[in-house]
Amino acid sequence: MTVTSEPPSRSGKRPAKLFKNWMAKLASLPMILTALVVFVGGTAWTVTYSFTGSRMLPKTDWVGFDQYERLWSTDRWIISIKNLGIYGGCSMILTLVIGFSLAACLDRKIRFESAFRSIFLYPFALSFVVTGLVWQWILNPDFGLQSVVRGWGWESFTFNPLNDPNTVIYGLLIAGLWQGTGLIMCIMLAGLRGIDEDIWKAARVDGIGTVKTYVMIIIPMMRPVFITALVLIASGIIKLYDLVVAQTGGGPGLSSEVPAKYVIEYMFRAQNLGQGFAASTMMLCSVVIILIPWAYLEFGGRKRG
Amino acid sequence: MADISTNTAQGPRGPKPKKAFSRANIFLYGTLIVVSMYYLLPLYVMIVTSLKGMPEIRMGNVFGPPMEITFQPWVKAWSEACTGINCDGLSRGFGNSVRILIPSVLLSIAIASVNGYALSNWKFKGSETFFTILIIGAFIPYQTMLYPIVIMLREIGLMGSIGGLVLVHTVFGMPILTLLFRNYFASIPEELFKAARVDGAGFWQIYFQIMMPMALPIFVVAIILQVTGIWNDFLFGVIYTKPSTYPMTVQLNNIVNSVQGVKEYNVNMAATLLTGLVPLVIYFASGKLFVRGIAAGAVKG
Repeated sequence: MTVTSEPPSRSGKRPAKLFKNWMAKLASLPMILTALVVFVGGTAWTVTYSFTGSRMLPKTDWVGFDQYERLWSTDRWIISIKNLGIYGGCSMILTLVIGFSLAACLDRKIRFESAFRSIFLYPFALSFVVTGLVWQWILNPDFGLQSVVRGWGWESFTFNPLNDPNTVIYGLLIAGLWQGTGLIMCIMLAGLRGIDEDIWKAARVDGIGTVKTYVMIIIPMMRPVFITALVLIASGIIKLYDLVVAQTGGGPGLSSEVPAKYVIEYMFRAQNLGQGFAASTMMLCSVVIILIPWAYLEFGGRKRG
Repeated sequence: MADISTNTAQGPRGPKPKKAFSRANIFLYGTLIVVSMYYLLPLYVMIVTSLKGMPEIRMGNVFGPPMEITFQPWVKAWSEACTGINCDGLSRGFGNSVRILIPSVLLSIAIASVNGYALSNWKFKGSETFFTILIIGAFIPYQTMLYPIVIMLREIGLMGSIGGLVLVHTVFGMPILTLLFRNYFASIPEELFKAARVDGAGFWQIYFQIMMPMALPIFVVAIILQVTGIWNDFLFGVIYTKPSTYPMTVQLNNIVNSVQGVKEYNVNMAATLLTGLVPLVIYFASGKLFVRGIAAGAVKG
């Protein structure tokens, strides 16, 4: 246990020998392996094999962009992308709006604040499977919300999103918002708490109304919080899978398919690995497109290691 | 003067004395209560449905309280509900989930805390690069790494076993946990570490005798984060295990969405509630620490 090195070695400049700090290196081995083998290696492997005609087992018969051409001419993929677009757009806007509004309400120095916060946040502790199954039951046309309202005497009331191909994605949205808005509310609330009380006083003195103060002053000040929230929402949207499997199973027909589900179906059910790899590479591309501007905004301004 | 300033800080403008129920306040509380109902409704529906008998459910009104409380659905969901040919209920999935959960939580936290400690106190050449890769890795869709991991697990003979899933959870929990621990250890005054070094303490000695005891709150946060995350996992469970080792979430989905047989909604809701119970209990028991855990996902390195 005699490690020969200088204390908190900020020794980037010095020619570090391989065995200096060897215990720290040994202890970091799991992290290094995870980063290099699983994250970099695994991703590179998938991207590489997306250019092959692999079916049941991965093999190296190069087919160029064939898999991608096939992917973009498959209806199921197009539907998946459209669904993700609708779900993603609505979810992003609504989560931000609801999350911020709830946080603003809770920030008005109200009573029972922590009780309300617990209520808004508890769905986040539940899994997407549980979320999907509960909402599947509530939206059940024969016994759920629709039948209850009809039972109250409004016979023509129709609210059956899960069985209509055109509206099924909004049924998913109701469940997704229920599960995810609490988190964003929490982050927004933390952001609001970070705002100086004097800002409010100054706004009062100038006679600016509450809503206007929020829109014109507070929200622009909370830009970093909004960006963090957006990144969190976006990475959650792309991963959308469990909720769909549990709530609709992709149905009716193919009308609520999403890309993550497409990938898994092709890799593990349809025995068409090449398609799965190509689709997952497209998912990776979309993340890169979201991530690069964020990284630029976040780290581009203040250069640091 | 002080009086005015406290008044302007919260209430409506002007010298009017603050009333407990101003119009704005009624509107505010009204909104919050209505929204709360949307959030509470599913939990309520789950509970009342799981306590009703099937005849009562067929009469309609999911929102009505049960006229006759029965615990039969709970018993059935726990020990008799069927997935395919197996009819031993959710208890098997519960057992599997526990057997997955405990080693995953321990292993992932042990590795991540040591990583975070090494990253903040024992920096070596390239350590920051590996950490950056790790953090970027947290944003890569899991789908791109699923199949290579299948191959790796097959190579080491762990595909389909609980051990394999434990490894997968450890790997994917690593970015966020390492970040959590790194930030925490970086906030501990450096003098403490230096003093220990001067006294001749080594890597592990400092970790076990100084850093770990100081980091207990962050260990609790990490445990909460991992227990809820791993318990709620569906994707890894469905891919890296086989039917006999399916975790609870996967088994729940198979029970509720199975196409055979008559749908027993009360049993389904009891099963759903049972699966959600562990994270719910953790959530309500941990309170502020849970918020801290999820906020850790929002802080940037």
